[in-house]
Amino acid sequence: MKSDFSLNQLRPFPSVPPEIGREEFILNVAGLVTRLNNGARIVDDISFSIKQGETFALLGESGCGKSMTALSLMRLLPDGIRVASGDIKLDEEDILALPEYAMREVRGGQMAMIFQEPGLSLNPVMTVGDQIAEVLILHQRLRGKEVHSRCVELLEQVGISDASRRASEYPFQLSGGMKQRVMIAMAMAGQPKLLIADEPTTALDVTIQAQVLKLLRDTQQETGMALLLITHDLGVVAQMAHQVGVMYAGQIIEQAPREQLFSRPAHPYTQKLFAALPDAGRSGQPLAAIPGNVPPLGAPLAACRFAPRCDKAWALCHEQVPEWTQLENGQGVRCHLYTSQMGNEKLNLKTSLSPGLSTASEEGAGEGERGTSLLQVENLQVHFPIRKGILQRTVGHVKAVDGVSMNIPEGRTLALVGESGCGKTTVGKALLQLITPTAGSVRFAGHELMGITAGQLRKHRAGMQMIFQDPYASLNPKMRIAEILQEGMDALSIAKNSDERQRRIDELLEQVGLEKASKWRYPHEFSGGQRQRIAIARVLAVNPNLLICDEPTSALDVSVQAQILNLLKSLQQQLGLSYLFISHNLAVVEYLAHEVYVMYLGRIVERGTVEEVLHAPKHPYTQALLSAVPRIDGQGMKTIRLPGETPSPSHPPQGCHFHTRCAQVMAKCREVYPSETIVSATHHVHCYLAAE
Amino acid sequence: MIYLLLATVLAAAVWIRKRPHLVLPWQRVAKGSVGMVSLLLLSLFVLVGLLDTLHYRAALPEKSNGQTVYSAEVLSVFDALAKGIKSRTEKTYSAPLAAYLYAKESMETSEGKILRDYPRLRYGGAHLVDPQRELLGDVLKRTGIGALEGLLIGVLLIAVSNMLFHFFVKFRTVSSSTGGKISTDNGISIFTGAMKNKPCKALLITALLIAMLLGVTANLAAVYHVLGTDKVGQDVLYLALKSIRTGLVIGTVTTLVMLPFALLLGIAAGYLRGWVDDVIQYIYTVLSSIPSVLLIAAAVLMMQVYIEMHPEWFETSAARADLRLLFLCLILGVTSWTGLCRLLRGETLKLRELEYIQAAQAFGVSSSRILTRHIVPNVMHIVLIAVVMDFSSLVLAEAVLSYVGVGVDPSTMSFGTLINSARLEMGREPMVWWTLAAAFGFMLVLVLAANLFADAVRDAFDPRLNRT
Repeated sequence: MKSDFSLNQLRPFPSVPPEIGREEFILNVAGLVTRLNNGARIVDDISFSIKQGETFALLGESGCGKSMTALSLMRLLPDGIRVASGDIKLDEEDILALPEYAMREVRGGQMAMIFQEPGLSLNPVMTVGDQIAEVLILHQRLRGKEVHSRCVELLEQVGISDASRRASEYPFQLSGGMKQRVMIAMAMAGQPKLLIADEPTTALDVTIQAQVLKLLRDTQQETGMALLLITHDLGVVAQMAHQVGVMYAGQIIEQAPREQLFSRPAHPYTQKLFAALPDAGRSGQPLAAIPGNVPPLGAPLAACRFAPRCDKAWALCHEQVPEWTQLENGQGVRCHLYTSQMGNEKLNLKTSLSPGLSTASEEGAGEGERGTSLLQVENLQVHFPIRKGILQRTVGHVKAVDGVSMNIPEGRTLALVGESGCGKTTVGKALLQLITPTAGSVRFAGHELMGITAGQLRKHRAGMQMIFQDPYASLNPKMRIAEILQEGMDALSIAKNSDERQRRIDELLEQVGLEKASKWRYPHEFSGGQRQRIAIARVLAVNPNLLICDEPTSALDVSVQAQILNLLKSLQQQLGLSYLFISHNLAVVEYLAHEVYVMYLGRIVERGTVEEVLHAPKHPYTQALLSAVPRIDGQGMKTIRLPGETPSPSHPPQGCHFHTRCAQVMAKCREVYPSETIVSATHHVHCYLAAE
Repeated sequence: MIYLLLATVLAAAVWIRKRPHLVLPWQRVAKGSVGMVSLLLLSLFVLVGLLDTLHYRAALPEKSNGQTVYSAEVLSVFDALAKGIKSRTEKTYSAPLAAYLYAKESMETSEGKILRDYPRLRYGGAHLVDPQRELLGDVLKRTGIGALEGLLIGVLLIAVSNMLFHFFVKFRTVSSSTGGKISTDNGISIFTGAMKNKPCKALLITALLIAMLLGVTANLAAVYHVLGTDKVGQDVLYLALKSIRTGLVIGTVTTLVMLPFALLLGIAAGYLRGWVDDVIQYIYTVLSSIPSVLLIAAAVLMMQVYIEMHPEWFETSAARADLRLLFLCLILGVTSWTGLCRLLRGETLKLRELEYIQAAQAFGVSSSRILTRHIVPNVMHIVLIAVVMDFSSLVLAEAVLSYVGVGVDPSTMSFGTLINSARLEMGREPMVWWTLAAAFGFMLVLVLAANLFADAVRDAFDPRLNRT
């Protein structure tokens, strides 16, 4: 009865965005339940439908069952997990009833999937053409010459230039974005009715992400296929989706057309998710972080799954599972707020769903005066030699960092942004002398760090510390938390005796919001966000003045990211820390930073305050980078698409490094690297355009 | 030296007991049934090996000049325990539980005729009047009695140990908390409690099975050759049991010799890179491309010549054999570290790029500390697996070397010599299979138990597998 009910709600709404092709459901999923063999429900009673030419986005944090839903549709679930009940119909064909041999026809033929990591989903010992040909031979029954010509056609279709040559190349000869294009070509080869894209752009840079998303949209328009897009990124959803299903702990808790979801989210979780997104408007205030973590698999089913983290929860939420409720405007939601009398009252009490965006960041604006300079970097260079031959002679250099200068004042945050491979992380490590710089000068609190001995360097170690990207790799799995925290204190002999150290450890754990009791546990017992807190506590143990944060939140979910950003911000206020914030996430940078440096191929191309660089960018690269970021409001969509990929730093282009991808390239750009142009006292650009 | 090893193990156990977080993984080992069963088997092997290590020289009855004279033959406690089977040597091969020799012989009958037939064994089944008829019945009877006896003794032993344990617990509660509640349940309730506990149950069943097997063996061995006899009529069961010590010594000592080389050089090469890496890589590439048998043969022959030039150093032949065994271990150890070293270097190369290592570097932690605190614990699983794998291959290597003639002293019994002696007889018709089967069976159980135990230990020490 219940599944019928939820199916009914999914009939087309009057207000759906315009679709391409006929208004016909390609995929109907009703009451899908996927379980572990021990009974834990990974996907719990999910129902949705996708029309031809429509994009349905499944949005959710890691571990909420998005990918398992997709694998259930393909019937490719790993061992130990199976579909327990439910109904999947692809074009009126019952997928779950098909025998395995018929299923092989469906996979690739009717339903195709592209995966997150393009580098891992292509076979490294087969040429790209052969891999596409495989699909063509299997599903299109093409033979002989037809196969090759169709292959080339497909590759051209996904925008790969020189397709006939590329078809005979191996995956390692292609870049990440090209690999993902090849994956899409492979998926399209079977002419599927439904394409499942599981986080198709998560592993890619923003500019490449914009290219791939556009390709997906274009392909969809040409072929009229349905697209099931699985993502955690609200920005991608805003650009791509017609319908959105928000997943939490195995359930779809809210479903709505995109415009409605973004303008008026109904479920408290969705509301929080939007509020947790960092942007410049909120840079003064703490983000609305959702406390706690996504519940583990097999959590008790007797209540609303979000209740422990929900600030609107009341007794009923902890007792009863909320039913699927259809709102008048076509939105569906799974929350007691909309079913019970009590909930209605609560809804009415509430004033505004979204936190006040109007409050300007007074604090950020007020901090005009600059503190004394803490770190001064001049013309920092890191070159890695390329060695060849048996004698290991140096034949060239990879100029990972090529003349970077920066200046970090006390108590301020400087953000370093750029695509992967531009040398951001290398700068961070070179500052800490983890990688020996080739040339330049690093002065920390008035002391030159270049060229001093290891013993002298140790004296300055305490002042400058690093927080790493991957909280799973940055804590030694064989050491307990107390030992991890103690290590820095031991090495730099900070606290004298062991009592003092233990006191300090307790203090630190409290400071980063963890229980004291956790110091006797091992890192694997903590979630990603908690581990990042431990990593922060570890560096705080030595009382640093400057923290180099290397993408500290990129491995975390949105709701947890907000917790960490809040923590970093409050620590800065309490302890007067300076941050060098290395990131590719411009929204986070906008929220946290005071100054922004944009890096391209080992050099700073533009620098200035947040407002100057992010709101009035002068360099074409910065402009392209900003426009490529998917915005949740869907505005500012006039994207400047960057063709191609970042060139190799071992052979940077002659003249301005960016001229190969720049839309406004001029003759002199190809000859000499542009010198610095001063736009304002704080805003500097390396571009001929700004000089004019 | 073996005592030194034992003392180290004991000291380590006491040291660990005092530190609760180190005790924890061992408790996890104790909770797994596979680990405990293999530990029981292993400890049986070790017990035999230890008993075989307690050497003594029997005093001879005649005295010279009022001083006790000791026999030239060195015996071990184990020899004394197994005196029966040791002394009952036949003329040549005989099958397991047989009453007749395995080769026809010309015999003179009472009438003076020369008859070519299988003669009766001197000891095996000697008590039977007509072995053709009585053998099967007698064997079955003895098996049954042995099993029963074994079971009884096993139950008794378990009950006694249970009681002792109970007493110990009581004693502790009394001594630790005065006026504390003295537990009142009796031994039986503890026993039933233990039966509900899965590993305890498995342990008890294994213990009883082993006790039964021992009972059967002891009973049969009293009058038969349970595993037959070899070419010179020695009891194969005795030989196999004696080989355990050699196997254990070769396995553990060689590993101990090899480990420091592999661990130190491997992680140093992986972590420090640069010229250190180059030098270590060249060393192990060169070392592993020399045919190891040649290298070992050369070393052993040199040592042999040296030993023979100084016969005055050794009081007995057993001392000489032991020294040869030790040298063999040393030589094997020095030549066999390359494989593990290569593995560890690779793993360290991966680890050194991890962020927690870099975090430690950013703290200015010294290289030696990073190596010991961060890298060594994280490569321990590889070491453990490789060591156990090597253990079995070392026992086999010993067999190969004994075959070439550069292995253990000919007077030392080992699986290698056992296999070697069985090798030629495989082609014999009818085949002599039992020597090989005995060596095979004992080695299999020993290596399998060691493998399973190491597996259990590895799992228990991996924090990721033990989420609470």
